Amino acid sequence: MSEITAEQVAHLAYLARIDLSPLEITNLTHDLGQIVDSIAKVSEVATADTPATSHPMPLTNVFRDDVVVPSLTVEQALSGAPDRAGDKFRVPAILDEE
Amino acid sequence: MPKAELMDYDKALELFEPVLGFEVHVELNTKTKMFCGCANEFGSGANTNTCPTCLGLPGGLPQINKKALESSIRLGLALGCEIAEHSRFARKNYFYPDTAKNFQTSQYDDPICHDGSITIELESGRLVTVEIERAHMEDDAGKLTHMGGATGRIQGADYSLVDYNRGGVPLVEIVTQMIEGAEHDAPEIGKTYVAAIREIAKALGVSNARMEEGNVRCDANVSLRPRGSNVLGTRTETKNVNSLRSVERAVRYEIQRQAAVLHSGGTITQETRHWHEDTGITSAGRPKSDADDYRYFPEPDLLPMAPSREWVEELRLTLPEPPAARRKRLQAAWGFVNLEFQDVVNSDLLDAVEATVAAGASAQAARKWWTGEIARLANVAGVAGDSLVTPVQLAALIGLVEAGTLTDRLARQVLEGVIAGEGTPAEVVESRGLAVVSDDGALITAIDAALLGQPDVLAKIRDGKVQAAGAVIGAVMKAMRGQADAARVRELVLERAATIE
Repeated sequence: MSEITAEQVAHLAYLARIDLSPLEITNLTHDLGQIVDSIAKVSEVATADTPATSHPMPLTNVFRDDVVVPSLTVEQALSGAPDRAGDKFRVPAILDEE
Repeated sequence: MPKAELMDYDKALELFEPVLGFEVHVELNTKTKMFCGCANEFGSGANTNTCPTCLGLPGGLPQINKKALESSIRLGLALGCEIAEHSRFARKNYFYPDTAKNFQTSQYDDPICHDGSITIELESGRLVTVEIERAHMEDDAGKLTHMGGATGRIQGADYSLVDYNRGGVPLVEIVTQMIEGAEHDAPEIGKTYVAAIREIAKALGVSNARMEEGNVRCDANVSLRPRGSNVLGTRTETKNVNSLRSVERAVRYEIQRQAAVLHSGGTITQETRHWHEDTGITSAGRPKSDADDYRYFPEPDLLPMAPSREWVEELRLTLPEPPAARRKRLQAAWGFVNLEFQDVVNSDLLDAVEATVAAGASAQAARKWWTGEIARLANVAGVAGDSLVTPVQLAALIGLVEAGTLTDRLARQVLEGVIAGEGTPAEVVESRGLAVVSDDGALITAIDAALLGQPDVLAKIRDGKVQAAGAVIGAVMKAMRGQADAARVRELVLERAATIE
C-alpha cells in the first residue's frame, strides 16, 4: 500500500483551493493511494529503454502562424466576471492586512 | 515600512562573499500572443485583447505561436545555448488574480534552450562570463492595479483591478547559473548583464526591449557566504527590478541588508522581496517555501516541439553581429575615446551614428550632432532623437557645414527647418536664405561701414590692439544676420583696418 497520508491530501486540497470534509479526505486518501500503487506497477514494467511520454499521439511541431484574429469584445470578456470596475475585472484584496 | 539596518558596503564585502543569480524575462514582440491569436499590443484599452484561451475559459484551446518559438531559438542561439531536440510545455499551478487560467504555461524539465554563456565587460575592463542555465518559453500574466490604501501598493489595498491584455504574451525567461567571484563588482555585474541581454534582444529584433514598458524585467537573487566558509548562504529573490540602475541598486542594497542581519546573529529567510524604486529599498514578500509547491506537470493541451537541426542552423545564420563585438569594431573605426563612445551608447544612438557615417558624414561630426543639438531638441520635445531627423538628412547638413555653406549656428537653424518638415537641408537653406555670405565684396562693404562708424575702434586696431576688432566683427555679423563666417570676417577686418582711408 502506498504512503499517501491524510495530511498530504489535505495539503493538496489547500493548494487546489478545494474545500474537503474529513470524510472526503479519508476516502480520497484511500483512492489516491490506489492510484499511486497502480502507477507503481506500470513503472515496474516500463524499463529504462521506454522513453517517458506526455502524449499518447506520436505528434510534434503543431504550430500556429503569427496572425492576429479578432478578440472578444470587452463586454464579452467581462460577462462572466463576478465583479468589474469599468473595463477591468475587480478582485478582492490579494494580501491580508499586515 | 521600517527601514532595515544596512552594513557599510566595503565592510559587508570584507566579511562576506556575494553570490548572485539572475532571472531575466524578455517579452517577445510577436504580433500575437503565445498560444492564441489575440494581438500582442502595449497600451490598448483594458481587456480588448482577450479570448477564451488567454482568459482560461472552458473550451479555450492553446496553439503554439511558431514565430514565438523562432524568436526564442534565435535568442537562445545568441546566448550561446544548445537548442533542445525535444522540448515541451508544462503547467505551473498557482492561484493569483493576474493569471486567469490558475496556472502559467511554462517549461519545466525540457526547456527550449540550455547551457549557454555570455561574456560581459565592466567599466574597469574586467571580463565576466555569465553561464546561462536555461532559457525557456512561458506566457505573461495580466496587469494588476491595486486600489485603496495609501500608495497604490498591494499592501493595504482594498481591492485590485485586472487587465488581461498582457496575459498570454510570449516571454523568454533566461536563468543564469550561480555567479561567484563577483566581489565588489556585484552590483555592476547585475546592471551590465541585464544591459547585455536587453541589447542582444534588441539587436535580434525579437523584443522591443524597452525596460520602462516592462519588455525586459529582472529578478535578482542574492546570497552571502561568510569569508572562509564554503557553505552557500540563504538567498533572497528581489522581483521586478525594472531599470538598469535599479538592478545595480537592488543588488547593493541586498548585500548591505543581509550582511547587517547576518552580522548581528540573525538569519536570512528564503523569500521573495519587492524592490521599491522610490525609496530604494526591498521589502519582504511571501516566503518562498510556501509558493514553491507548483505541481508542474506536462501541458496536456500542447504537443511537444522538436525543432529540426536544419531549421536551427538556418536560424543561426540570421543572427546579427554580437552587440559587444559590434561596439568594439565601431569604436575602433570611429576613433572615439571611451567617454565619447559611451555617450553615444548610453544615449542609444549607435545605430543613428553608424547610419549617418554610412551616409557620408565624419564620425565626430555625426556624434557631435546626435548627442548635442539633436539630443537637446529631442529632450525638449520629449521624443527619441532618431525620430526627429534621418541619418541621411543629418549627413547632408554636416556636408553643408564642411563645405563652408553653413556655420554651426546657421546649421542649427536649418536643422529646425528640417525637423519642421520644410524639406532637405539644401531646400531649407534655399527657402530660408540661410547660406553663409561668402562674397567678400558684401562683407567688405559692411566692414568698411562698421570701421568708419567707429573711428576710435579703427584707431585702436591700427595701434595694434587687435582685441578691439571684436566690436567691428560683432557689428558685421549683425549686419549679415549671422550668415557670415566669423573667422573670415576677422581676417578681412584686420586687412581693411590697415588700408581703409
